Amino acid sequence: MAIEIEVNGKRYPVRYPPNAPLLYVLRDELLLSGTKYGCGEGQCGACTVLIAGAPRRSCQIPVRAAAGKPVTTIEGLEKDGRLHPVQQAFLDAGAFQCAYCTSGMIMSSVGLLQTNANPSQAEVVQYLQGNVCRCGTHPRIVEAVCQAAKMLQGHGR
Amino acid sequence: MSGGTQKFIAEPERYEFSASPIHQFELARRDFFKILGAGIAVFAIAKDAVASQETAPGHRSFHMEDLPKDINAWLHVGEDGTVTGFTGKAEIGQNIRTSLAQTIADELRVPFESVRMLTADTALTPFDMGTFGSRTTPTISPQLRRVSAAARDILVAAAAKEWSVPPEGLVAADAKVTDPASGRSLKYAELARGKTLAQNLPAEDPMTPASQWTIAGRAIPKVDDRAFVTGKHQYTPDLRPDGMLHGKVLRPPSFGATLTSFDDSSAKAMTGVVVVRDGDFVGVAALSAHEAQRALDAIHTQWKEVPQISSKEIFSYLKQNATAKSDDRNRGQKGSVEEGLASAAHRLDATYNVAYIAHAPLEPRAAVAQWTEGKLTVWTGTQRPFANRDELAAVFHVPESSVRVIVPDTGSAYGGKHTSDAAIEAARLARAAGRPVKVVWTREEEFTWAYFRPAGVIEVKSGISGDGRLTAWEFHNYHSGSSGIETPYVVANQRTEYHAVPLILRSGSYRGLAATANHFARETHMDALAGVTKMDPLDFRMKNLANPRMRAVLEAAAKSFGWPRKKTQVGQGFGVACGDEKGSYVATCAEIAVDKKSGAVRVVRLVEAFECGAIVNPDGLRNQVVGAMIQGLGGALFEAIEFENGRITNPQFASYRVPRFRDVPEIEAILMDRKDLPSAGAGETPIMTVAPAIGNAIFDASGVRLNNLPMVPNGLRSA
Repeated sequence: MAIEIEVNGKRYPVRYPPNAPLLYVLRDELLLSGTKYGCGEGQCGACTVLIAGAPRRSCQIPVRAAAGKPVTTIEGLEKDGRLHPVQQAFLDAGAFQCAYCTSGMIMSSVGLLQTNANPSQAEVVQYLQGNVCRCGTHPRIVEAVCQAAKMLQGHGR
Repeated sequence: MSGGTQKFIAEPERYEFSASPIHQFELARRDFFKILGAGIAVFAIAKDAVASQETAPGHRSFHMEDLPKDINAWLHVGEDGTVTGFTGKAEIGQNIRTSLAQTIADELRVPFESVRMLTADTALTPFDMGTFGSRTTPTISPQLRRVSAAARDILVAAAAKEWSVPPEGLVAADAKVTDPASGRSLKYAELARGKTLAQNLPAEDPMTPASQWTIAGRAIPKVDDRAFVTGKHQYTPDLRPDGMLHGKVLRPPSFGATLTSFDDSSAKAMTGVVVVRDGDFVGVAALSAHEAQRALDAIHTQWKEVPQISSKEIFSYLKQNATAKSDDRNRGQKGSVEEGLASAAHRLDATYNVAYIAHAPLEPRAAVAQWTEGKLTVWTGTQRPFANRDELAAVFHVPESSVRVIVPDTGSAYGGKHTSDAAIEAARLARAAGRPVKVVWTREEEFTWAYFRPAGVIEVKSGISGDGRLTAWEFHNYHSGSSGIETPYVVANQRTEYHAVPLILRSGSYRGLAATANHFARETHMDALAGVTKMDPLDFRMKNLANPRMRAVLEAAAKSFGWPRKKTQVGQGFGVACGDEKGSYVATCAEIAVDKKSGAVRVVRLVEAFECGAIVNPDGLRNQVVGAMIQGLGGALFEAIEFENGRITNPQFASYRVPRFRDVPEIEAILMDRKDLPSAGAGETPIMTVAPAIGNAIFDASGVRLNNLPMVPNGLRSA
């Protein structure tokens, strides 16, 4: 029986086999290429998406495990042309160089701020330990996440 | 195709690949206005600019005769006022799309937003050797500035003609030419309308000095930054032309293995699967990456393997297999080392080893290839689009004019994306499939089939006088390369030599390349010499340095760091190192903490002062300098490629450790803006002094001198 998944509020039937990694379904079947392949071993975080609100490595999740749960990708964060505060904070801090890790960094950070609205720097560092930025933009990324937390609290969200 | 995927030629300097320039100026010029529409175009000739921008004597990394001597930058002012700068350089995260546009806007006197850069497309941009060697800012930036100045003059002349006034009194600013006498003005767009005027750059055209820059020199955010935080930017792996298949390549079990038996009957039976065997190349293309992998798994092969050496024996192997006499261009001599050693009050000799490391760019090597009527178009993340074009033409026996290579802004490279492997693979599969094919390497392929920063052995012999001055310096680098090999310290008697060794693992360019190895050895050794004389390591360096730019970065880093510092905690240590390369100067101070019980080493704080002449974009530069410091920390502490019998034994992020958030110390980057000096590149130099500063701090904390990179992959066990 064909699987159906819900991504960014839209439902999609899946033709790929149920054991195909969610990452490939997102990128190659749903054409949502903002989620990146970085390692395929769950070690770099470039493929991070939110499943039922929690950050997950989509290269490690068979698509069947995502069925019935809302999936959010980087493409789903912007609302009515307005960036999510985490996206805005990354822009403001210039928290990227090549930016290939950025989607995963932002999704992990959104996940963090959903469970910890006001993280300390140390908590951000700990939480993002599984996301690799090979360009060495770490200090700005931490700064951006802390800034986003302030923006979110300011918005009363 | 046989041998195609193994195509690799090592060359002197030697890991910076070079290619003979093959120009297509006439073709490009003819098509220029067809592509861009009418307007004004200026073309820059490279030769004299290269000469004036060549790095200081003694820095032999680049040679005039290797550089292209023809057109290397174009500028177009369109009828709508849009300005387009053209360069064969690629944007790989180093932010040149922004910094070069700033330069043009600054010199042409137009708003930054009206300038776009067309980069790294062999059909549309001028020939370029490649984006490496920290060359974009020192060579292309002045060229674009010169074409911008010339275009401005043309626009002023056009306005003068329009108004029948002499051009001298007219003012170009804000994308228009104004006549202050009459108050009239004409927009650039109006002046360019209806023209198809192409002009070569006049020989001499004055450029705006850095002290008068208005748009260059500012912290302008990265161009298209919004596309990167929304996931909309399309890297090569995100491209998908109509009808595209996904390709995968079957890799041999070990380096140099040859195919002895092959059975693709079950793979071929799968729907929509194309299998290619060509010599030792085996690849498949299918409708999805998932199906391509299944097809690949269904192919049965056997390989003949050859025994190979392992990482455990690499350093003794390198030393034993050095070629008897090194190339003259890699050897330097002054005075008599023997006399210098004989007159020394103290002698110190040591050997330093540097492991192979991987670039591990987060975007793996990838390419999309499409054949149309015998012509090949390839999109690929490469630092050398023109060399890739030539390699593809050679491999597929088509003229270079039949190959177009386009580089989408790429997910980093660090010197790792010079070769055309993924492009060749995708093109081979696409030719067989008759459809476009995309090949994206897996992380394991990245760690195994790319190339590495070469390992090396460095031997140093040295002597100092009783009052702490260098009397003799002899420095031999085996295999890792010659960049940064010459000492910046004042020493009358010296010999430096680079000894080539035939390649063991496939090796190539890397951010900082051998300069990192050579600085590690030199600056560690200088620290040990300071210890011999019981001098403060900073004072000892200062005593032996004359170059004011080097002294300035050392002073700046030391001041901000608070050198000399008193230890306040057990296991605390402080270290310093300095260096110069490719026309820029760097000094790093490090504070580390050693946990005496576990031997764990933690970098607590890094302060780095960096000077690269006039700064074009301080925000982009800061990002790059801090990035180099963090990347350098990996090679300093724990990064190493391990191999055995032709296999990489740690080809995953789980086993090849790269710096992560918890490894990042408190970082301070001091950017010294020298508006009186030409801008040098900044991609590489800031990485060089991180390892020795940390190593010297470890010694300060523990008394243990670490002469091998990486220094503490398993902590400081002997502390």
